[in-house]
Amino acid sequence: MSVRRLAKDQPESFAFNKKSEDEIKFWLAKYPEEKKASAVIPMLWIAQKQEGWVCEPAIREIADRLEMPYIRVYEVATFYTMFNLAPVGEHLIQVCGTTPCMLRGSDELISVCKNRIGKQHEISEDGKFTWVEVECMGACANAPMIQLANKDGDHYIEDLDAESFEKLLDDLAAGKKVKYGPQSERNASEPHGTKVLTDESLYDGSRAKPVTLPNTGKSEKAEG
Amino acid sequence: MTQLLQDKDRIFTNLFGHHDPGLDGAKQRGAWNGTKEILEQGRDWIIDQMKASGLRGRGGAGFPTGLKWSFMPKEVGARPHYLVVNADESEPGTCKDREIMRHDPHLLIEGCLIASFSMQAHACYIYLRGEYVTERLAMEKAVKEAYEAKLIGEKNVHGWPFHVYIHHGAGAYICGEETALLESLEGKKGQPRLKPPFPANAGLYGCPTTVNNVESIAVAGTILRRGAQWFASFGRERNVGTKIFSISGHVNKPCNVEEAMSIPMKTLIETHAGGVRGGWDNLKAVIPGGSSVSLLPKDICDDVLMDFDALQAHKSGLGTAAVIVMDKSTDVVKAIARISYFYRHESCGQCTPCREGTGWMWRVLERMARGESSIEEIDMLLDVAGQVEGHTICALGDAAAWPVQGLIRHFRGEIEERINNYRAGKPVFVSQTVAAE
Repeated sequence: MSVRRLAKDQPESFAFNKKSEDEIKFWLAKYPEEKKASAVIPMLWIAQKQEGWVCEPAIREIADRLEMPYIRVYEVATFYTMFNLAPVGEHLIQVCGTTPCMLRGSDELISVCKNRIGKQHEISEDGKFTWVEVECMGACANAPMIQLANKDGDHYIEDLDAESFEKLLDDLAAGKKVKYGPQSERNASEPHGTKVLTDESLYDGSRAKPVTLPNTGKSEKAEG
Repeated sequence: MTQLLQDKDRIFTNLFGHHDPGLDGAKQRGAWNGTKEILEQGRDWIIDQMKASGLRGRGGAGFPTGLKWSFMPKEVGARPHYLVVNADESEPGTCKDREIMRHDPHLLIEGCLIASFSMQAHACYIYLRGEYVTERLAMEKAVKEAYEAKLIGEKNVHGWPFHVYIHHGAGAYICGEETALLESLEGKKGQPRLKPPFPANAGLYGCPTTVNNVESIAVAGTILRRGAQWFASFGRERNVGTKIFSISGHVNKPCNVEEAMSIPMKTLIETHAGGVRGGWDNLKAVIPGGSSVSLLPKDICDDVLMDFDALQAHKSGLGTAAVIVMDKSTDVVKAIARISYFYRHESCGQCTPCREGTGWMWRVLERMARGESSIEEIDMLLDVAGQVEGHTICALGDAAAWPVQGLIRHFRGEIEERINNYRAGKPVFVSQTVAAE
C-alpha cells in the first residue's frame, strides 16, 4: 500500500471560490441528502482543481460541509493517490510506468523527466513542472503515455516516445498549446489502417429503422 | 480457418471514435432503437433473454450477467434498488471501457436503463476511475442529452422513472473490486467488505445493489434487439458472444478491437494488431487477460483460444481480455516484478497477507531480476505467493499471487540461469535485439 502524509507547510485557511461552489452544488444533487458523504471525493477534487493541491484547511472545510469527522476525510485524501498533498508545478506530468507502458518504453520517458525536471514529486526550479510515476492509467493500447494536469484540465497524451515527449515538454515550457491524445497519426486506439468498422451500412441509418424484437410471442407467430 | 467477426455483427460500431458519439449519431447507429418495446416485454423476459444469451460478465470474473440480475430481490421493500456500473477500469492492459464511454456512451446509458428496469432500480451510479476525466465529461454530456430527449429522467418516454448519476474515484485500483467501489461511492476509503452479505442484499447505502462492468451493461440493448441466439452464435459453448480485446505491448499495431469469443490468440494478434514485433517466432510470452492472470509462454500461445475455459485450462484466465504481448527482447522477470510493484502500490492495506505479501514478493522479484538471489528462494517465493492467495478478503491477493506463480511455472529456468550467472560473475540478462520489420 502507498503511505501518504499531508505536507508540513499548510495555509491558514481555505475557501471555495464561486466556480467551485457551483460545481459542488452540481455534485451534491447526485446523492440522497442523508448520504452526502458520497460527494467527498468529488469535493476534494474540486478543491484540488482550485488550488492545485489538497491542503489541510480544505479537508476540514469539506468535512464540515458533509458533516463527516475530520479523520474520515483525511483518510480519503491520503488513501486516493490522485490527491496532491503538497503543491505541484504549473504542469503536473504523470507518467504511467506499469508493465504495458514499460514494455513500450515508459522508462525512456521517466529518464527524460529525471533529466529535465529532477526528482519525482518535487517542483522544478522554474516552477513549471512536477513529475510523478503513476500506475496503469488504462490507455495501454496507446502506450507509453502520460496524463498532463494543468490549468487547461486533465488530458491524456499518448503514443509517445522520448523524442516527442521532449518536444512536448519544450512546448509546455514555452507556453505553447499542445496536442492532446495520441501523438501518432491515430485517432484513438484503432489499429492504424484497419479495415474493421468500415462497413457503410453501419452508419447509413439502416440500424435506426424500426425493429421487430426477436423471441417475443409476436415475432414467433409472425415467423412461424 | 477461423471465422472472423464481421462488421455487421459488431456491437460497438464507434469503438474507434470516427463517428459522432452524441445522441443523433448513436441513434443513427441503432442505439435507443426499440428500447421501449424491450421494456414492454417485462422484467422476466429481459432476464431470461440475458441468461439465454450466455453473456458472462466482462469485468474479469466472467459471472453470468443474467443470473446476477436475477439475484436481486423480486419485490422492492423499504430499501430502494440500485444499479452501479463499474467503470473503474484499472487492470493493467485494459483500456476497453474507456472507448465505450467516450465513443459510444449511449449504448451504456441505454443498457443502464434496461438493466435497472429489470432489477426495479430507479437510480444508477456509474463509477469512473478518477483519471478518466475526458471520459467522465463525455458521459456527463451523453447523460444530459438523454435527459433532454426524455429517454431517462423522472418522466420519460420509456415509462420507468430512472436517473443516471456519474461518479468518480481518485486513483485506487482496488475500487474496481465491487464492494470497495461501493465503500468509495459512500465516501470512504476503498477497502473491500466481507461477503456475505452480498451487494444484492446489502450494497450501496445498505440497499440491494447490482454491480456490473461497463461492457456487460453496454451490450444488453443490442443483445435484446438482435436476439439471445444471435449473441450466443459466436464463440464456444459457455464462452459465447463478442468481446472487446485490448492488445498492448510488443505488437506492431496495439489496439482495441471487438472480436468473437474463442478466437485463437495468434489469429487475434496477427489479424488486428499487426502481429508480434519481429514476427510470431519472436514471441516470448503473452499475458492474456490483464496483469492479474498468469502469463503464457509461446508454445501455449501458438494455438490457445481466447476464452474463459481455454485459458483456465492453462491455469491462466480471460480476465478482462487485455492481451499484453512480450517479445524475446523482454526481461520477463522484470516485467512481472513491475506487476508485483503495482500490486504492492495498490493493496488497500486491510489484510495482512496482501499488505505485507505484495511488498515482499516485489522485493524478492526485483532481486531475482538482477540474479541477486538463491535457488531456494524460488520455492520460498512460490510458498509465500500461495499463502497470499486465497487468504484475503478480496481477490487482490490472488491477483498479486497469480502472475508470480505463472512466472515460476513457465520461466523457472530463466530465473535459475540468472542466479547462476550472477554467482559466476557473468552478465545476468542480455536483451535480444528485435529483428527489424
